[in-house]
Amino acid sequence: MNLNAIGVVYRKEFTEWIRDRRTLISTVLVPLLIFPLLMVGSVYFATVMVGRAKKETPTVMLLGAENSPALVARLQKLDNVEIVPYAANWKDLISDKQVRAAVDIPKDFDASLTTNSPQTVNIYYYEGDLKSSFGADNVEKSLKDYRESVVKDRLQAKNLSATILTPFDVKQENVAPPEKVSGATIGGFIGYVVIILCMTGAMYPAIDLTAGEKERGTMETILSSPIYRLDLVLGKFLLVFSASLATAVLSVISMGISITLLGQSQMKSGDAQHFALHIGGMSVLAVFLMALPLAVLFSAVLMTIALFAKSYKEAQSYLTPMTFLIVIPAVASVMPGVELTPKLALVPILSTSLVCKEIISGTYHWHSIAMIFASTCVYAAAAIFLAVKTFQRESVLFRS
Amino acid sequence: MIDARSLSKRFQDKKRGEIRAVDNVSFSCKPGQIYGLLGANGAGKTTTLRMLATILEPTDGTAIICGHDVVEHPEKVRANVGFLSTATALYPRLTSQEMVEYFGRLNGLDESTLKKRVDDIFSRLDMNGFRDRRCDKLSTGMKQKTSIARTLVHDPAVMIFDEPTLGLDIMTARTITTFIRECRDNGKTVIFSTHIMSEVEKLCDVIGIIHGGKLLTEGTLAQLREKHAEQDLEEIFVKVVTPHHQNVEA
Repeated sequence: MNLNAIGVVYRKEFTEWIRDRRTLISTVLVPLLIFPLLMVGSVYFATVMVGRAKKETPTVMLLGAENSPALVARLQKLDNVEIVPYAANWKDLISDKQVRAAVDIPKDFDASLTTNSPQTVNIYYYEGDLKSSFGADNVEKSLKDYRESVVKDRLQAKNLSATILTPFDVKQENVAPPEKVSGATIGGFIGYVVIILCMTGAMYPAIDLTAGEKERGTMETILSSPIYRLDLVLGKFLLVFSASLATAVLSVISMGISITLLGQSQMKSGDAQHFALHIGGMSVLAVFLMALPLAVLFSAVLMTIALFAKSYKEAQSYLTPMTFLIVIPAVASVMPGVELTPKLALVPILSTSLVCKEIISGTYHWHSIAMIFASTCVYAAAAIFLAVKTFQRESVLFRS
Repeated sequence: MIDARSLSKRFQDKKRGEIRAVDNVSFSCKPGQIYGLLGANGAGKTTTLRMLATILEPTDGTAIICGHDVVEHPEKVRANVGFLSTATALYPRLTSQEMVEYFGRLNGLDESTLKKRVDDIFSRLDMNGFRDRRCDKLSTGMKQKTSIARTLVHDPAVMIFDEPTLGLDIMTARTITTFIRECRDNGKTVIFSTHIMSEVEKLCDVIGIIHGGKLLTEGTLAQLREKHAEQDLEEIFVKVVTPHHQNVEA
C-alpha cells in the first residue's frame, strides 16, 4: 500500500467531485434542505390546516330532534356548532362534507332520563376529516356536560355529594428525563435519517467513480498508469466515504438547526411542552461514531456493485433495489416495540439504527455498542476486501 | 525493448464458450523502431496491446518490456510504458494541465520535475493556450494533444498505440502520426496497431499481420513484398489472411 499514491488519487477524485453538480446536489443540498423542508414545512402545514379548521363553525344535523326538546335547545345554544335542518340524505351530506356531523337522539330519550334506563346518543362523523372531528368533539363535550348535570341533579335529589362518584383520583406522572422522552419519540428517526443519508451521500460518487469511469472511457486510462489497483481502489473508496460522511454531518447540522428553530417558535407560542426536544451533543457525537463503520460498509458495497455496471444508468438500476435493502431495516428500527436484542445486534443497519435510538435517549448499553461497532467494522472490512478483489477482475472491468 | 513470448489470452463467453482472443503470439521490437500490428476488427490487436500495457493479464506466455515481466511486475512495466488508444479518454472535469499532472504524480514524479516536464511538453505540443481549460470543453485535436502529453509526462521508453487515429479527422490524425515518428526518432520502442494500410506503409519499420488471434506473418515491408510476391500491402494482407479467415469464420 502506497499512502502517497492513495493521496494522489483522493485529491484528484475530490477535485472532480466538487466540480460535479449531480453529486454536490445529493451530498450537500439535499441534506441541508431536507430537514428544514420536512420538519418546519410539515409543522407549518399542520398549523395552517388546524387553524383553518378551527376558524370554521362546523354544521351539525339533529336526527330525532322531537325526542328531546331540552337537549335540542341545549345544542342550539352552542357557539361552536351550527345546527342545520334535518335531511333524509344526512349520510351523503356528511360524506360530501356539506354537513360535518350528525347527532341521533334516540326515541323516548327524555323519558329514559327519569326512568334510569340509559340510552345511547350516536354522533356520526367522517373520520380523517379534521372539521368533521371538531364538530363531533364539540357536540360530544356538550352531551357529556349535560350527562354530568343530570347525574348531579340525581345525586342532589338523594342528598348525596358529587364526590361519591370519585372516591379517589388517578394521575400519571412522567419520571423520564426530557432527553429520554426525546429519544423515544425522535431517536429512532434521527438514526434512520443519518443511515439513509450516509447511503444516499455515497451512492452518486460510488457510481461516478466506477461505472461513470467506464462509461467515459477513463477506466482504461487509469489502469495504464503504474498505480497498484489496491491504492486506486482505496483512493476512490476514501472519496466515496468522505461524501457519505459529509452528507451525514450536514444532515445532522441541518436537523439540529431545524429542531432548535422549531422549538423556539413553539416556545414563543407557549406550546413548548408539546415539543420538548433535548438532545445532548455527546449523543449526537456517539451517533456519528456508530455511523462511521456503516458509512464504510455502504461506500465499499455501493462501489463494488456499481463497478459491475457498464454505464451510469445501469449502475443506478442496480443500486435502486439496494436502497430498499437499506431502508427496510432502518424503517424497522423506528417501529414501536422493536428493541435491541443480542441477535439483532448482529444485523447490520438495523442494529446501528436501534443503538442510535438508545443513545439519543441517553441509554448506553456498552456491551451492545461494542458488539454492534465491532460487527459492523467486520462487515465493512469484508466489503472493502470485496471491492479490492472486484477491481482486480478483468471480467468486471472490461465487461462488454 | 518489447519481447512478446507466446502471448495468449482466452476469455469465457456464456454463449460461445472459450474464445482464444490471442493465440501464442511472439514478436519483438527494438528501441528506435516502430512495430505495426496490422489486422481487421476482432483480430486480437487490442487484446495483445492491452496485455503488453498490463491492463489485461495473459492466460499463457508473457512479455518482457524494458527488462520487466508483464506478469511478474506489471507496475514496473507500466512505469516504462505510455499507452494511447481511442479508449483512453480524459477526465472531463479536470483541466488539461491537471490531467497531465495527475498522471505525472501517479508515475512518481516529484513536484519540481513534474513542473519542468509539464511546461516542456505543453510548449512542445503548443498546448499553453488551453492548459487551464477543462477537458470536456476541449476540441478533438486539443484532447488528442492532452492524451499525448499524458502518455509522455513520465518519459517512457516504450510507447504503445492502439488504433490511435480511429475516427479522427485528417489533421488530428496527422498530429498523432507525426508524434509517433518523433517517438521513434527519440529512440523509443514503439508498437502501433491499425487496420489502415497507408499508415503502416508510412510509419512502420516492422509489420506483423494478425488474424484470429494468431500472428500469421511479420517482416519489413520489403521482406513481406518479397515473401508474398505482391507489391501492394493490401494485397499482401488479403493473401495472408484469406486462408485463415475461412477457418475463423467456421
